[in-house]
Amino acid sequence: MVGLRELMRIVEKSQLMSPSEIDRTIQRLAHEIVEKSGGTKHLALIGVRRRGVPLAQRIAKAMRGIDGVEVPVGTLDITLYRDDLSKVASHAVLQSSDISFGVDNMDLVLVDDVLYTGRTIRAAMNGLFDLGRPKRVSLCVLIDRGHREMPIEAQYVGRSVQTSDTEIVEVRLREIDNEERVVLVDRVQP
Amino acid sequence: MTYRFRDLLALEPLSADELTFLLDQSKLFQEIQRHPLKKLATLRGKTVALAFFENSTRTRISFGTAASRLGADSMNLQAEASSLKKGESLLDTVHTLSAMKPDCLVMRHAASGAADFVARNLDIPVINAGDGTHEHPSQGLLDALTIRDRRGSIEKLRVTILGDIQHSRVARSNIHLLGKFGCQFMLCGPAMWVPKELEKIGPPGAAIRRVSRIEEGLEGADVIIVLRVQTERMYEPTLSAEEYILMYQLNAERLRRANPEAIILHPGPMNRGVEISPEVADGAQSCVLEQVTNGIAVRMALLFLLMSGSTEEAGNPMTGAESSAQAAAAEKKESTHAAD
Repeated sequence: MVGLRELMRIVEKSQLMSPSEIDRTIQRLAHEIVEKSGGTKHLALIGVRRRGVPLAQRIAKAMRGIDGVEVPVGTLDITLYRDDLSKVASHAVLQSSDISFGVDNMDLVLVDDVLYTGRTIRAAMNGLFDLGRPKRVSLCVLIDRGHREMPIEAQYVGRSVQTSDTEIVEVRLREIDNEERVVLVDRVQP
Repeated sequence: MTYRFRDLLALEPLSADELTFLLDQSKLFQEIQRHPLKKLATLRGKTVALAFFENSTRTRISFGTAASRLGADSMNLQAEASSLKKGESLLDTVHTLSAMKPDCLVMRHAASGAADFVARNLDIPVINAGDGTHEHPSQGLLDALTIRDRRGSIEKLRVTILGDIQHSRVARSNIHLLGKFGCQFMLCGPAMWVPKELEKIGPPGAAIRRVSRIEEGLEGADVIIVLRVQTERMYEPTLSAEEYILMYQLNAERLRRANPEAIILHPGPMNRGVEISPEVADGAQSCVLEQVTNGIAVRMALLFLLMSGSTEEAGNPMTGAESSAQAAAAEKKESTHAAD
């Protein structure tokens, strides 16, 4: 059984970010987070699986370069908190979460690659609150592509992009994809 | 790697990769037991039917707790209260339960193959929580998880199983699982409980030896699985408790023959002072309480795995390959979208 979506061809429309643009954006985001947080004492980054994880690690590395601050990085898998589990696959597969520090009274920054409907972030916040009561949670994304279905906004945005509903923003990172760029692709009828 | 089946009826048909996948998934649910908030909403609105046609306290509570920690509701059917006592057939009882629209059935029954029979007649996932003397897969998995946590690996261990192996579904599930990882088995107990056929139950090539003297059975063991002396499965008195204690009780002196790092498992409930001495049961090598905690993690993993997918795509053993291909395709689609 093949749906219409599978029959559609995926074509690349444009490149949104080059490797050096990704790098500069991460540097800027790191600066913004340090500046707006007013101190890094209780700050921690939480990368949302999968591509939020390398992004969070890169931002943390950039923060070390700013004033030598060491910000803890955690990893969050949102599988258990998704609202579309039954649509994903015949069997869902859980990935590990790794948050080795207590989240109580922490100033947490969730990091993800693309902000779209907001459902992933809703799920991520539910996951975080099962671990404790953070003082503040903010959101940092590399790309905001619009089309929100939840009252969720990012405080730190790499780049905002106007997209149509059929388009897909693909963030490809060397840690996961062996390639480094952000592209806008579209589904077209064959 | 993912899981091919709609149900979990036995460990025998599962590959080493599939068993490792189930253990790895269970490991992730162990983490959740350490959260301040243990209750998830993942399976909210779903119902697990617990049908125990044979007495059980701990397995039923363990599955019930696992369901509730995932946010699912459970409905209970117990042997004493059930209409089986009034003459209803197993299939009628199960159909009645299924008409109440549960999303998964967990069942225990005194007849080997009962869960398999029911699964063939139902269109929801079935988890075998023990069928006669055949298998008790969730127990096999929680034992392996406990061993892996303590010993670091389940590969190539010397495993001694003590007691009434003939009537033990736990022993069979243990052998089917650990045998696929190159473990060697010593089956030790009175001759009528350790018949020769048991040497052939493992996966091809599994080294299974029978010994009647406990001293010999424990020599160099890495893992000792002590079985409960199950009086309810015996139809005639064959051996008195005093004789059993004298010949087969695991006590501190006998334990010295095993590997000093050996760990001791017991599926419970223990007859303290019969098959195991109190000092050994409470000693540092005993893992009985870890087994109980791990039981919830394993059962959460199983319920999550079998209940979280879409029902129309869930495969059965016949179409397993097809459904895992679909799962792989869906996973690929998911990762290439990368949007949100």
